[in-house]
Amino acid sequence: MTMPLMKPRRKNPVLRTRQMNLPPFARGRTALGMTAAAAEGRFALQVCQRCKAVQYPPRDACHVCLSPELKWTPQQGAGELLSETVLHHSNDPFYRERLPWRLGLVRLDVGPSVIVHLHGDVPSPPPFAADQAKRRPAVRLHVGARLDRAGAAVLIGFPEKESEHMADDKMLREMTSDPKFRKILVSDGKTEVGQAIVTALVKAGAEIVWVGHAEPWKKLPGFDDITKLAQVTLVPLDLTNGRSVAELAGEIGGKVDIVINNAEVHRAYGIAARRGTDVARAEMDINYFGLLRLAQEIGPALKARSADGATHAAAWVNLLSIYALSNYPPHGTFSASKAAAHSLAQCLRAEMRPAGIRVINVFPGPIDDEWNQNLPPPKVAPAALASAIVKALTQGIEDVYPGDVAQEWVERWRENPKVLERELAAGG
Amino acid sequence: MTAAARARSSYEGVAVACPVTVPYRRYSTHGAHWWIGRAMDLLVERSGIAKEQIDGLTVSSFSLVPDTAVGVTQHLGLSPRWLDHIPTGGASGVMALRRAARAVQAGDADVVACIAADANHVESFRQMLGGFSHFARDASYPYGSGGPNSIFAFITAAYMRTYGAERADFGRICVAQRANALKNANALFKVPLSIEQYLDARPIADPIHLFDCVMPCAGGEAFLVMRQERAKDLGLPHALVRGAIERHNAYADDPVLLRGGWRVDRDDLYSQAGVAPDAIDFVQTYDDYPVVVMLQFEDLGFCEKGEGPAFVRARTLTHDGDFPNNTSGGQLSAGQAGCAGGFLGLTEAIRQLTDDADVAKRAVADSMLGLVSGFGMVTYDRCLCTGAVILARASS
Repeated sequence: MTMPLMKPRRKNPVLRTRQMNLPPFARGRTALGMTAAAAEGRFALQVCQRCKAVQYPPRDACHVCLSPELKWTPQQGAGELLSETVLHHSNDPFYRERLPWRLGLVRLDVGPSVIVHLHGDVPSPPPFAADQAKRRPAVRLHVGARLDRAGAAVLIGFPEKESEHMADDKMLREMTSDPKFRKILVSDGKTEVGQAIVTALVKAGAEIVWVGHAEPWKKLPGFDDITKLAQVTLVPLDLTNGRSVAELAGEIGGKVDIVINNAEVHRAYGIAARRGTDVARAEMDINYFGLLRLAQEIGPALKARSADGATHAAAWVNLLSIYALSNYPPHGTFSASKAAAHSLAQCLRAEMRPAGIRVINVFPGPIDDEWNQNLPPPKVAPAALASAIVKALTQGIEDVYPGDVAQEWVERWRENPKVLERELAAGG
Repeated sequence: MTAAARARSSYEGVAVACPVTVPYRRYSTHGAHWWIGRAMDLLVERSGIAKEQIDGLTVSSFSLVPDTAVGVTQHLGLSPRWLDHIPTGGASGVMALRRAARAVQAGDADVVACIAADANHVESFRQMLGGFSHFARDASYPYGSGGPNSIFAFITAAYMRTYGAERADFGRICVAQRANALKNANALFKVPLSIEQYLDARPIADPIHLFDCVMPCAGGEAFLVMRQERAKDLGLPHALVRGAIERHNAYADDPVLLRGGWRVDRDDLYSQAGVAPDAIDFVQTYDDYPVVVMLQFEDLGFCEKGEGPAFVRARTLTHDGDFPNNTSGGQLSAGQAGCAGGFLGLTEAIRQLTDDADVAKRAVADSMLGLVSGFGMVTYDRCLCTGAVILARASS
């Protein structure tokens, strides 16, 4: 069984902060299909559309019937552990710093043999027994895909049965951004969503949650409740104000491990229903420029600490919207600001990747808050959104689409973005 | 395999001669072309054949990229009428010999130089691992970057669990090869290895320990292939090709490699040579890891599958033992000079069968027949290429 992670001792300030070396991240274009699925928490392999043979490693032609029609298809991942090894040597700096490192060779029930990072709770394969009848049964396990520190998909061999502290496995923690014992900034604690996120993070074991509040004089319901939590520290943070962001970065920049940027301005309507650009400008100022300011000020500090001990800096979470993918005309200017933020978040992800910081983009459908009051259900409850964010952190997921609306829209968007555009123009 | 497939035609009349070794170095600043050039120079010098009369060339090298064999022709001022590029690592020697043999039989070439050489800079090995194959890049190198160590750790562990082999069984192979290497001036390892030292070595990737691994180095190996009459005319000591096989991606459905492609074709190998395994006087197996040597003993018919451990316990594997294996010390003790590791067994076998002065101290007494096998290219979870050749002493 995995031993629970103990709270790391305070950092020795005399020692140099360890710098990040990424695991090998080169992958072929075809193999990136596995990364695309793992980014959303799925384990997918190519399946031949002609003969149904499952392929691995990723291929451009079926190894059985030569068909080029290989479709990435979600897998259960059940299999048998054929062999294991523990590396005591590696030529790669990332692994060299993390030895010993356990690997497994697994025969998937669907066919291929796959090399996996092997979780510590998976037992070793049965030893040799001259008497076959006395031989222990084979070790069953299940294989899943995760993004590693370089953001590339890797396969992991998990124990068949979950155990209480299995998330604390040393290898698995390298693949995830678990909030446990981490110091987290939530950029806006005034909203229901912000409060739900803070509560969920505390429950997930966060050590400190810095909660931003832009307008200290505004008393909003629920705010006192999170303020009372021992882990919570209120910090002044106004994302429209560069100086405010810089001051906070100066104060906590060297300590923060995870940033959750949930601050947003959301107003209804598109172009014709309102005169002028003030509202659209306010939306952009928080939703787009706010992200830019925060990333410029806190991003570098996060990157510098991405290999800093067991609770190194790990992730950056952006609260976007499913409207970022395709404009929802009744909330047209808000959609545009979220589309801009999405584009910037992709840039942030590219810039954070060399440091091994995961950028998680969250695309909820309409949230059940006052700004979506007029929309019919289903809507995403703030608590459900918060738990989707914590799940993304603990499972190493990169793109999250919480709620039924988001799930359906992303499916329609993938099928045909033009068709979705026409449908949304016609009312949804 | 369909009934219509024709049997291999004979290799009769094909001679291999003039084994040369460009002395190994652990690290060298020289590039691949330098090592290939040295090998060609030695071939010309030792054979007395002018460079212009060598009209066929095969080149095996990883570190030659982006060049291939054709770039070598201009670099060395050659104008062959037959050319092949065979960068298949541990299988490159057998594959080069087979292709060259057919070329001289068909008259496409008169004298073929088969050359394998690789550079080794301080950074070479690490760089090669990450870029070795598309499958390695996508599906093995990202997992700990242990290179072939992790793959052969899986294979060795699976073999031990399946057949009851113990580390000491593999140790017998390594210790015997080291004893042979001490009689080879070109071997990188110069001190004896005891079974205790083997067992106490530091772990690399369980159950692989230090002395299960080869030492990457720079170096070259080469030989000439021609018709036997030509060798006689030139007065060159030579050996004859009695049979040869090759197979790629055999047993692809086996979940883990516990048998190699030699099994598929071995009956044909021995029937070409007209002998049974017990007629073989020595073997030069491919030894990137000792488990692979054991697989070859089984899959080439010297013992049954799973009997490898008992076999190595019962036999003496040194050059003066009852089952001489890797009389040069093999890659485990001489060093692995990239693709030249796939040629090492061939140059050694030719020397043994021609009583070359180089092997005087490690000669296999009265040897008439030697078997050389190759194994190459771990693109993902196993080696894909297998090959073997039986060489015979030419009657004088």
